[in-house]
Amino acid sequence: MSALDQLMLAYKDAGGDRAILADSATAHLVADGHQILSTRGVKGLEVEAHATPDGISAKVRVRANVRLEKPVHLCFGVLHKQGTQNIRMDVKLEKNARADFIAHCIFPNAEKVVHIMDAVVDIGEGAELRYAETHFHGSYGGVYARPKAVVTVGRNGAYVGDFELITGRVGRLEIDYVVETGENGVTELTARVFGHGDDTVNIKEKVVLAGEHSRGLIKTRVVLEDEAFAEITGITEGNAAGARGHVDCMEVVKDNAVASAIPIVRVTNPLAKVTHEAAIGSVDKRQLETLMAHGLTPAEAVDIIVKGILR
Amino acid sequence: MPFLELTNLTYQVGSKKIIDNLCLSIGDSEIHALLGTNGTGKSTLAYLIVGCEGYRPATGSIVFAGQDITDRRIHERAQLGITMAWQEPVRFEGISVAQYLTLRNKELNPAHYLDMVGLQPAHYLTRMVDSSLSGGERKRIELASILALHPKIAILDEPDSGIDMLSTLDIINVINTFKKIGSSVLLITHREEIALSADRASQICNGRIACSGSPQEVVAYYKSKNCLVCGGGECVDERP
Repeated sequence: MSALDQLMLAYKDAGGDRAILADSATAHLVADGHQILSTRGVKGLEVEAHATPDGISAKVRVRANVRLEKPVHLCFGVLHKQGTQNIRMDVKLEKNARADFIAHCIFPNAEKVVHIMDAVVDIGEGAELRYAETHFHGSYGGVYARPKAVVTVGRNGAYVGDFELITGRVGRLEIDYVVETGENGVTELTARVFGHGDDTVNIKEKVVLAGEHSRGLIKTRVVLEDEAFAEITGITEGNAAGARGHVDCMEVVKDNAVASAIPIVRVTNPLAKVTHEAAIGSVDKRQLETLMAHGLTPAEAVDIIVKGILR
Repeated sequence: MPFLELTNLTYQVGSKKIIDNLCLSIGDSEIHALLGTNGTGKSTLAYLIVGCEGYRPATGSIVFAGQDITDRRIHERAQLGITMAWQEPVRFEGISVAQYLTLRNKELNPAHYLDMVGLQPAHYLTRMVDSSLSGGERKRIELASILALHPKIAILDEPDSGIDMLSTLDIINVINTFKKIGSSVLLITHREEIALSADRASQICNGRIACSGSPQEVVAYYKSKNCLVCGGGECVDERP
């Protein structure tokens, strides 16, 4: 079986659809380790990817006024038990472009795998990017993943990022995102992670509201069980008149897990406003009792609450 | 034989008796209103009946359909057919209204139960049971979820609170729907007009049943300021 076939099997198990590779109207980039297996661009979208001595370098461009009808699919993985994947992504959406990206990062057999993503994203004036990233790290807990992104959102632009790692083990996760948002721009960052065993989750997300009337939301949902650990830092700066930001962090801990949340809000313009809320604790007792009063066992009730939080 | 029988029930926090040697019985398919002002023990009694954590009586028993359930847990009681709509229902992230109404039975048609509480299914089925709902909407959805369980007995803790006055008739209709599907109801309320829709009523004062009888008799007692438990006046609702 070829590496592409193996990766596509894992991709399917992680919720992906292999048919997208055969669809000539759908852009994609597929890589195993530092080997690029398949790429396709579509009209208005250019995908350039090549292997470098220490990883993969990819450039993605969505041309001005192009609004992609179908999502761009990215599939990055390491199929072996051990390996390293370094990816350098350079994404640019030109003026008034619009695109949805769906990224799957798959390490089904990982026992000692390192996945480093360094992305630079430039969203032009009036452009909009929705980037959904789903990770599957297998059941061993042997992945060290470090997704890092520096995003610039132009005037009237929008960036909606959604990171999900809720199936299987996490291993060690270090998210580091910084988004600078221009005038009337919008940024929404959501991260949902379920940690088990001795998983370690570090999430640091920063939204700088640099332009007037820019808006930002950082929303984090983390559930931990066993001996898992998480530290979540959400930073929002309001630096311009009319800027509005909010940091919303919820962490549920079970067993001997440990969680901490550090919301940081900073305002340098008196006409900006930034708020935050953080809740850490066990499953809410009233929610639990409400579901138990509907006849669910405690285990069933906890399962529904946790799945809802991570949805 | 009463369907639900509370005998000499006492619950105390420290030395303070919140429920004091209380006796109450509810018949099969009976709507029983429980009147009382704030702090008289209405909600505590509801928590004791439904079996909330930390609410175990110091003395007395709770017998349901001939079984002593005093030591049963909340979900065990629910599986026997005892459930409750909380005064302030909690919100759930990521759980849709349709999912919430079919927690126990995936075969049910959730739209049917939204219709019963006056909510248009097309507007609500895919919405989340979270803070995007108003207090009144959440309350109605809670009532719909309880109806969907087809309980043997439903405890409704102030179903009218948080819902505007114009909807009082709707609430009475919902209460009557429980009767139509064969459920008994313990209806906790402040409102006379809602209590008057019941088959029987009781007034609670200082954790004890002060009076039981027809709703008209109990409402008259409630307004008489001659309560035998507190000596008169203390348990009279002064709100308009």
